[in-house]
Amino acid sequence: MIVDIRNLKAGYGSRVVVSIPALQIAKGGHTLLLGPSGCGKTTLLEVMAGIAVPLAGQVTINGTAVETLGAGERDRFRGRHIGVVMQRLHLISALTIRKNLRLAQSLAGAEVDDSRISSAVDALGISGKLDLYPRELSQGEAQRVAIARAVVNRPVLILADEPTSALDDGNCEAALDLLLEQSSACGATLIVATHDQRIKARFEHVVSLVGHS
Amino acid sequence: MKSLSTAIALAFAYLREKPLATLLNILLLGLGVGTIIALALTLSQLDDRMDRDAAGVDLVIGAKGSPLQLVLSSVFHVDIPTGNISVAEAAPVLASPMVRRAIPLALGDSYRSFRIVGTTSAYIEIYGAALRDGRIWNTSLEVVVGADVARITGLTVGKSFAGAHGLSEGGGDDADHADHADHADHADHRYTVVGVLKPTGSVIDRVILTSVESVREVHEDTKTQSPPGKHEHGAGDQVTAYLIQYATPLAAASLPRAVNASGALQAASPAAEIARLFNLAGLGIIALRGFALVMVLCAALGIFVGLMNALDERRADLALLRLLGASRATVFLTVIAQGAALGLAGVILGLAIGHAGIEWIGSALEKTHRLSLTGFTFAGEEIWLILGALLLSMLAGLVPAWRAYRSAVPELLNRA
Repeated sequence: MIVDIRNLKAGYGSRVVVSIPALQIAKGGHTLLLGPSGCGKTTLLEVMAGIAVPLAGQVTINGTAVETLGAGERDRFRGRHIGVVMQRLHLISALTIRKNLRLAQSLAGAEVDDSRISSAVDALGISGKLDLYPRELSQGEAQRVAIARAVVNRPVLILADEPTSALDDGNCEAALDLLLEQSSACGATLIVATHDQRIKARFEHVVSLVGHS
Repeated sequence: MKSLSTAIALAFAYLREKPLATLLNILLLGLGVGTIIALALTLSQLDDRMDRDAAGVDLVIGAKGSPLQLVLSSVFHVDIPTGNISVAEAAPVLASPMVRRAIPLALGDSYRSFRIVGTTSAYIEIYGAALRDGRIWNTSLEVVVGADVARITGLTVGKSFAGAHGLSEGGGDDADHADHADHADHADHRYTVVGVLKPTGSVIDRVILTSVESVREVHEDTKTQSPPGKHEHGAGDQVTAYLIQYATPLAAASLPRAVNASGALQAASPAAEIARLFNLAGLGIIALRGFALVMVLCAALGIFVGLMNALDERRADLALLRLLGASRATVFLTVIAQGAALGLAGVILGLAIGHAGIEWIGSALEKTHRLSLTGFTFAGEEIWLILGALLLSMLAGLVPAWRAYRSAVPELLNRA
C-alpha cells in the first residue's frame, strides 16, 4: 500500500471538513479524488502531504505514519517522497528553470544531480529551456517544468490539486497525459484531486467525496 | 548546513532580481556608515594628535587675550600669538618652586608656512625628538627643521632660506600683519639648516627651530625699517610665550590663578583648552553624526520596507518552498539572509567610503601642513558601528522573516 488511511478526521480547529473511515491506494494505482468544491479534497491532500495534521485517525504513506512525525520531519518527508503539482504552476521567478529544479532537489535534502534534471526535462521535451527564466516560458512549457519539478526527486507519491480545471479540453487531455506518463515513468503513484468531471474516464480508481457539512 | 546554503543562495537570487532597490539600500547604508566612520577617524586622530602635541606641556604663559588662541598658537602652531610678554615680568613666576621647566618661545616668522620657532633645546626634549642629521643650533641664524618640513620643502643640512612674516604661505591668515601685504622676506637674514629631526608624529615635525636670539636678531633690524609698534614678536627682552612643566601636580591648582591675577600675563592649560575646543565643535559634530545616523536608520527602514513588499509579492514562493520540503526555519533564513547581505554589503561600502575619504582628505590636507590624517587606521568605535549596522539590517529583516515563518502553506493550494 502506498497510501493507507484509517478513521481519518481532518479539518481546522474543531471543525471536521473531511472524514474517511478507510482508504487504501496500492502502488501504481493512480487515483482520482472527485468531489465538489468544499468537500475536503484539498484538506485530504494536505494531510497526505504532511502539511496539515489530522484531527484523528492514521495516515500511512509508503509505510510511514505521517501523523506521528514532528513538523521538521514532515517537511523532510514531503520533500523527499512526495511531489506536488498545483493548479497555479508556480515557479520562482528569480531563478532559471535549471535552478528551480536544483532548488527542488536541495530543499528535499538530496544532492543536486544535473543528470537527473536533464533526463526529467528531456522526457518532457523542454531541455532547451533550462537556462531561461520562468517569465520567458509559455503556459504549456511552464506546466511541463512544474511536472518535471514534481518528478525530479523520484517521489513515491505525486499529489496534484486541480491540475486541469483552468485548461481547455485539448490542454486538459495533454496535461493529464503528461502527468500519468511521468508518474509511471518515475515509479510514483499519482493522486489527482479535482471537481473536473472531464477526466473521470482516465482513472481506474475514482474516490468520490461528498461535503461533510 | 545544507538548508542554510540553500537559503543564502535563494536570498542572493532574490536580491539580484531587484537590482535597483538592492543597490539603493546598499548605497544609503554605505553613505551613512561611511560618514560616521569618517567622523570617528577624524576625531580620534585629531584627539590623539592634540594629546601628543600637548603631552609635555602643563601650562602656557603668554600675553593676555584668548586662552584658546594662546594654546593654539604656542602649542599647536596653528594660530597667531596673542602678543609678547616681557622676560622680566615673567621671571618671578618662572622662579616659583612649582615650575620644573620653562621653555621660552619666540614666534613670528615662517618659511613656506612652516613656523619658525625661537626656543631652546629643551623644546626638542619635551617631544622626545632626536636628530636624524646634523646638530643642534649653536649660533644665531642656525636652524633645525622637523621631519615633515624637511620632507615637504626639501630643506637639508647646509641649505639656507629666508623667513617670511606671518604663519601661512604669503602670510594671508596672519591678520595682525595684514598691513605687511608685501611681507618682505627677511632676505638679508638667511637661516642656515644645521640639523634635521627624526619624525615623531607630533607638532615638532612641522616647525623650524632656532634660538630665541635668531628671531630677535631678524626683527631688531626689521624694526628699524618699520614704524614702531608694528612688530610685536620676540624682540628685545621679550618672548612670545613660555611652555611650563610643573614640578608637582599641585601646581595646577594654584599656579594658573597666580599668573592670571598678575598684570599682563596669562596662563592657559592645553588640556583644558583642548577640552573647550572639542566642546565648541561638539554641536557640529553631534549634528553631523546625527545626520549620518538618520541615514543609517533610513537605510534600515528601506531594507524593512523592501523586504515587506517582497514578502507580499513572494507569498506564493514561500508556500512553494514549504511544499518542496523547506522547513519554516529555512524560509525564515531566506528572508533574514537578505537583510544581512544588504547590511554586510552596506557596511563594506561604508568602510571603503569612510577610509578612502579620510585618506583622500588627508592627502589634500598634507599640502596645507596643518593636520595629518590617514585612512589606513581604525578608530576603536568602528567595530561597534559595524556590528550595530549589521544588527540593524538583520532586525529590519526580522519582522518580514517572522511573517514568512508564520505564513501558511495551504495558501497556494486551491481552496475553491
